[in-house]
Amino acid sequence: MTRNPLKLVLPLTVFVAAIAFWELYVRMAAVPPYILPAPSLIAATMKDDWPLLSSSLMTTLETTLAALVLAVIGGVALAMALSLSRIVEYSLYPFAVVLQVTPVIAIAPLLLIYMPQDVAVLACAWLVAFFPILSNTMLGLQSVDRNLLELFQLYGASARQDWRARLRSRLKAFWHLRRPAALPAFLAGLRIAGGLSLIGAVVAEMAAGSAGAGSGLAYRIIESQYRLNIPRLFAALVLLALTGVALFLFLSLLTRFLLRHWHESALPREV
Amino acid sequence: MTASTLVSLDHVSKVFANGVAALGHFDLHVREGDFISLLGPSGCGKSTVLRLIAGLTEPTSGSVSWPGCNEADHRSEIGFVFQEPTLMPWADVADNVWLPLRLRGVSRWEARERIAESLALVGLKDFAKAYPRELSGGMKMRVSIARALSVKPRLLLMDEPFAALDEITRFKLNDDLLTLQSELNCTVVFVTHSVYESAYLSNRIAVLTPRPGRVIAEIAGVPVQERGSDFRTSMPYAELCRQVSQILTRNLADGGMA
Repeated sequence: MTRNPLKLVLPLTVFVAAIAFWELYVRMAAVPPYILPAPSLIAATMKDDWPLLSSSLMTTLETTLAALVLAVIGGVALAMALSLSRIVEYSLYPFAVVLQVTPVIAIAPLLLIYMPQDVAVLACAWLVAFFPILSNTMLGLQSVDRNLLELFQLYGASARQDWRARLRSRLKAFWHLRRPAALPAFLAGLRIAGGLSLIGAVVAEMAAGSAGAGSGLAYRIIESQYRLNIPRLFAALVLLALTGVALFLFLSLLTRFLLRHWHESALPREV
Repeated sequence: MTASTLVSLDHVSKVFANGVAALGHFDLHVREGDFISLLGPSGCGKSTVLRLIAGLTEPTSGSVSWPGCNEADHRSEIGFVFQEPTLMPWADVADNVWLPLRLRGVSRWEARERIAESLALVGLKDFAKAYPRELSGGMKMRVSIARALSVKPRLLLMDEPFAALDEITRFKLNDDLLTLQSELNCTVVFVTHSVYESAYLSNRIAVLTPRPGRVIAEIAGVPVQERGSDFRTSMPYAELCRQVSQILTRNLADGGMA
């Protein structure tokens, strides 16, 4: 497989040029650091404040990853239940939609009243990350070739027709057919949920932070803003962006690894 | 000597939930060793006949019966081939062929010989590890046929399996299918809308009316053992095609729709 080196060289060049321009502009125009700190100052702040920033980073990262894992467990479990039973689908799906369309920033204050702060932050991040996994997994589970389902009916159906036999044949079709068929859509949902769980964690930390507590990166941003410590604000922002990029890259690699043999999206493009 | 009846459809009608009557007073007796083509215009219920035989749907009235074997037995002896190859893209060729056996609880190890045999029958024994995306349209259809053969079917139900293929591939697969049928000694019910394909493959051609479908005429094909190697360009084949075309055209004119 040959890779186009321009794909790496071009964005790197743009990035380096933008940083260089920023540094030059700040120095030449003598912009005060509380307005716009130079990249070198941000790097220095990152180094000096690393103990504080790294512990905040760990807090945000823990919330994000825990929310993502819980969203996967909850989203997949509910999608399975919804796809196995129409009654469950009709009963629960509307509520999942309501939770999704209500902005999390509006729910956060309520959650902070009812739950301990760390649990409330986690719940907010979970709420945002949960829905893309649920809806994508459901879409995947339902987009199965009808003919293949008929093959399962033909070869997999038991001669007995009681509810246990029906459930067993549904589970068989689920495991052998719906589960692998849903994988690409699930992974697409997971990539969206990865970014959203970070956004959810940040939004919830900000809501919690404004109440005067918290120790994640979002809280550091709010705190730095109040103290006009703009270099630290930028340093926290850079760490957040890097976390988002790392999460996206990891989930993209995971997708490519799991789909590498068969799915068009993971196959190298022929030239 | 008359062969025994494998499956009988008697006075079958099928009306779908949306009110569409697919079949009306449909009668067909499939005998052991037959190669029957169901020929008719689009929407005349040809595929519904296959689904009824496979037990994938129930008739609204009339009966589908299997003289000589019970409900569970006959299901295990059916191979089904769809118009599309309908392969699982995430599984390699061998695993696709294994599917019907896997659903019956046969392990991959126990099934390995059957998988190899089925792939050899369709000329794909070197492609067991390939993924469907790596195969041509004709090869995918061969895998689909191998999957149907893996259960050692007594009855092979084929729903326009070669309709989406190019003419050259279709001719080749037609010949291979005839060879397979004589090697395996199985019965085939083959749905097609091609006069030429039905005349080439079948020993019986059942012409269906437009919806609701029923058999309006049955024409005897040229038995395989009486054919020469140049059957496709021979006079008996041309004459058979002419005869089937005439019946089909008259049938469509009488039915008032195409």
